[in-house]
Amino acid sequence: MSNDVLVVAEIRDGALKKISLEMLGEGRNIAKQLGGDVQAVALGHGVADVATTLALYGAQKIFVADDPSLENYTAEGYTNVLANLVKQTQPALVLLGATTAGRDLAPRLAARLAVGLASDCTGFAVQDGEVLMTRPIYAGKAIATVEEAGRPYMTTIRPNIFAAPEADTSRAAEVENIPADAGEIRAKVLEMIMEAGERVELTEADIVVSGGRGLKAPEHFALIEELADVLGAAVGASRATVDAGWKDHSYQVGQTGKVVTPTLYIACGISGAIQHLAGMKTSKYIVAVNKDPEAPIFKVADYGIVGDLFKVVPVLTEEFRKMKAEG
Amino acid sequence: MFNPSLSDEHKALRELARHFARNEITPIAAEADRVEEYPWELVEKAHAVGLINITVPEEYGGGGLGYFEDCLVAEELSAACAGVYSSFVASTLALTPLNIAATPDQMERLMKPFCAQPALASFCLTEPGAGSDVASVRTRAKRDGDAYVLNGTKRFITNGGVAKMYTVTATLDPELRHKGLVLLVVPSDSPGVSVGKKEEKMGQRAADTREVIFEDVRAPVENRLGEEGEGFGLVMETLDRIRAEVAAAAVGVGRAALQAAVQYSKEREQFSEPISSFQAIQFKLADMAIKVEAARLLVRQAAWLADHGLRNSYESAIAKCFAADSAMQITTDAVQVFGGYGYIRDYPVEKYMRDAKLLQIYEGTSEIQRLVISRWLLKS
Amino acid sequence: MHIVICVKQVPDTETKIRVKDGQLDHSETKYVVNPYDEYAIEEGLRIKERLGEGKITLVSTGPERAKDALKSGLAVGADEAIHLLDEAFEGSDPYATALILSKALQKLDYDMVFCGKQGVDEDHAQVGIILAELLDIPHISVVTKLEISDDLRSVVAHREVEGGHAVVETPLPAVITAQKGLNEPRYASIKGIMAVKKKVIPEWNAAEIGVEGDAVGVESAKITSIEVTLPPDRAGGRVFDEDPAQDAVKVAHLLRDEAKIL
Repeated sequence: MSNDVLVVAEIRDGALKKISLEMLGEGRNIAKQLGGDVQAVALGHGVADVATTLALYGAQKIFVADDPSLENYTAEGYTNVLANLVKQTQPALVLLGATTAGRDLAPRLAARLAVGLASDCTGFAVQDGEVLMTRPIYAGKAIATVEEAGRPYMTTIRPNIFAAPEADTSRAAEVENIPADAGEIRAKVLEMIMEAGERVELTEADIVVSGGRGLKAPEHFALIEELADVLGAAVGASRATVDAGWKDHSYQVGQTGKVVTPTLYIACGISGAIQHLAGMKTSKYIVAVNKDPEAPIFKVADYGIVGDLFKVVPVLTEEFRKMKAEG
Repeated sequence: MFNPSLSDEHKALRELARHFARNEITPIAAEADRVEEYPWELVEKAHAVGLINITVPEEYGGGGLGYFEDCLVAEELSAACAGVYSSFVASTLALTPLNIAATPDQMERLMKPFCAQPALASFCLTEPGAGSDVASVRTRAKRDGDAYVLNGTKRFITNGGVAKMYTVTATLDPELRHKGLVLLVVPSDSPGVSVGKKEEKMGQRAADTREVIFEDVRAPVENRLGEEGEGFGLVMETLDRIRAEVAAAAVGVGRAALQAAVQYSKEREQFSEPISSFQAIQFKLADMAIKVEAARLLVRQAAWLADHGLRNSYESAIAKCFAADSAMQITTDAVQVFGGYGYIRDYPVEKYMRDAKLLQIYEGTSEIQRLVISRWLLKS
Repeated sequence: MHIVICVKQVPDTETKIRVKDGQLDHSETKYVVNPYDEYAIEEGLRIKERLGEGKITLVSTGPERAKDALKSGLAVGADEAIHLLDEAFEGSDPYATALILSKALQKLDYDMVFCGKQGVDEDHAQVGIILAELLDIPHISVVTKLEISDDLRSVVAHREVEGGHAVVETPLPAVITAQKGLNEPRYASIKGIMAVKKKVIPEWNAAEIGVEGDAVGVESAKITSIEVTLPPDRAGGRVFDEDPAQDAVKVAHLLRDEAKIL
């Protein structure tokens, strides 16, 4: 068994997803402490070129599995290819992103390899050659430190937690093509339905602007959207507004919705019930706008404005617009 | 032997009612109170789940359960909104005389179709001149061939404007006082039935409360419950039985107010600490809790007796009187704990206080309950 | 069509989390059915209603109290429930849990297996998928819409992906994990609750399902939690309540100059 860390890169629409870079950054950290290299594997079709750019972000060796059968992510296909690779190269640790694909793939791969999997990790520590992982449980109300008995270690990493390294054009890495036979795939993708609109995806966004019941009516989400547009942010919604049908469930931030960890979370007309906090309280900065000074959201907000959101939000939008224009 | 503890089924039933209350009633309670509109979809949803008509026998489309179970549901639904729940309990009140005295034919003809659809019934007893003094009912039932012709006005009738079926207390002859009373089941679409304007109430505003006017309404003799002259006894037994549910509703309101006060006292800080650390507040909360717990046990006892076919006038009067008076005290104290915020409509406690008041008045005022209790004590 | 649904209990989400000596303290915990499992149960019931035929069997590996979860599933309309109960199962990690379930499923003639996408306690989101691998059948996870083919041999599901949905088709048997939005779980009915009294819930232990004691439970764990802590409290921030417009301008500038965002 080697001391290498294997990062399962994610490529989408011909580009490396940011999580791949974040994994390389933290993977390199861990590999160093284990005394090994950080390696990456890319699967897909027509991804060979993009895969080589993984070297710029620190991959010391890159495995490429390029085949039409891997064009769309499938759990079975990717498990077959990766299981073979892992059995061959025997890395110490396999990192995947806690993305929709990663969360779908990692358990199957772990079961195939008969090893444990630590899901949605937010931290790692290497102690006496052992890798300890921290992960949120109870929707982030508690943090567990876990150890794994089997090898390789396997974990999915939550996006937006670790820093993505800067591209270093001086770096290069050996590229190896690996058997890309996806094998038998029973569950097949028929089509991908992408939501219209350019807005950033909620769980990947750096800034999130959310609206709650304080908006009083679904049309008023326009205020939230305008602010989000100016900031290049994603739009989120509280459970109350989703239950009322103002926004689709995919916008819901909270315990039974999405957990987001943006750099900035702006909560407008959201009271801050525990269910909602569970979805956003690890945001780096939280701004709250609410006319109720007793609203629990103010307890977690770094900057809170007690006031009518219909007065505050347009002014915020205008001010950010001005600041952006200034450069 | 009276056992207040809950079986697994009781717990599951209570959980269902609590879940329904939280998801369906709580979100709309404040608005229903504000606009004084009856939320009809709730009746449909409650009917689908089986949370109304609980004490009607299964063979006629009801839940086939006892008052004990009905009281578990009452507390949960009422904690979410006493106004909404009072519509359900008023309907049960109207169905109770049928449960007691209807013939199998009457159950088949009247109860079964009623329970098959989401619907509410209404108990038409109170009149402008007949409140606590039931025997002074003046709505006249005059025998005419195969029907009684009804004439009169009923007041403060819950579900008056939305009921499908009325159970009407009328008199064959006012001179006979209680010996003249008779109970008749009248479909609400009977010719001659009309309703007055909706009353604008202090609380329980989601409930539809109106005058119901009978003008030459023909009620077939087959719709009479029990014999002529048995009406008064039937009304009294009905009120005896329903007291436990109303008391349970009072427990629900009290509990909701207590929980809100406890939560608020932990969050509200004055003089650099949460107000829950002040003994004045702690003692208030303790007194409120004592009342809720005691009232609940009294309710269960009254319900248990009814379910076991035992006379429960004394116990149910105690339960209703204590629970209703307690709910008034608890909700008033809850507003006090909230201080200024307790007076504002944005916070739930002022509604609990307004809702609680009616509990001391309807289905037998607290004064009437005390009469029942003292008569029981003093009978030789 | 035989649908087997895996259910578990989790602490009520309203419960405050207590940590004692680096471990979770469940002494005062109230347990409820895992919310994602409720979507799974509801979907099973809807499929049976749509097809006009079928059988819904619930399975759970929890301790004695897990029977409550099975009962509430029966109360909403599931046909049968089986409790996989054995001391040896306690402390099982996701892999061991899936192993136990897979052994039980091998004794049942199933067409589809439903699980919730994750348990809202440990948030692993693994058991359903591991189960599929162990049974060597396909899986579709985080499903928000499900349709069965007319010949009942395959399903088409929508699953959430970043920025939209993937439409995935798979032949049966398969494991489906349920996501919020798949359906609206129904209430139990009073009749349903009362009917549960008469239902018998058989218990299968390790020997009956053919599981070796050392393959499951605490000793077998591939992943172990060695410590649980509470996250650090966020330091309180600043609250502005002078004038909405002016406060908004202030905060916008603070975000740029102090927090250095934008």
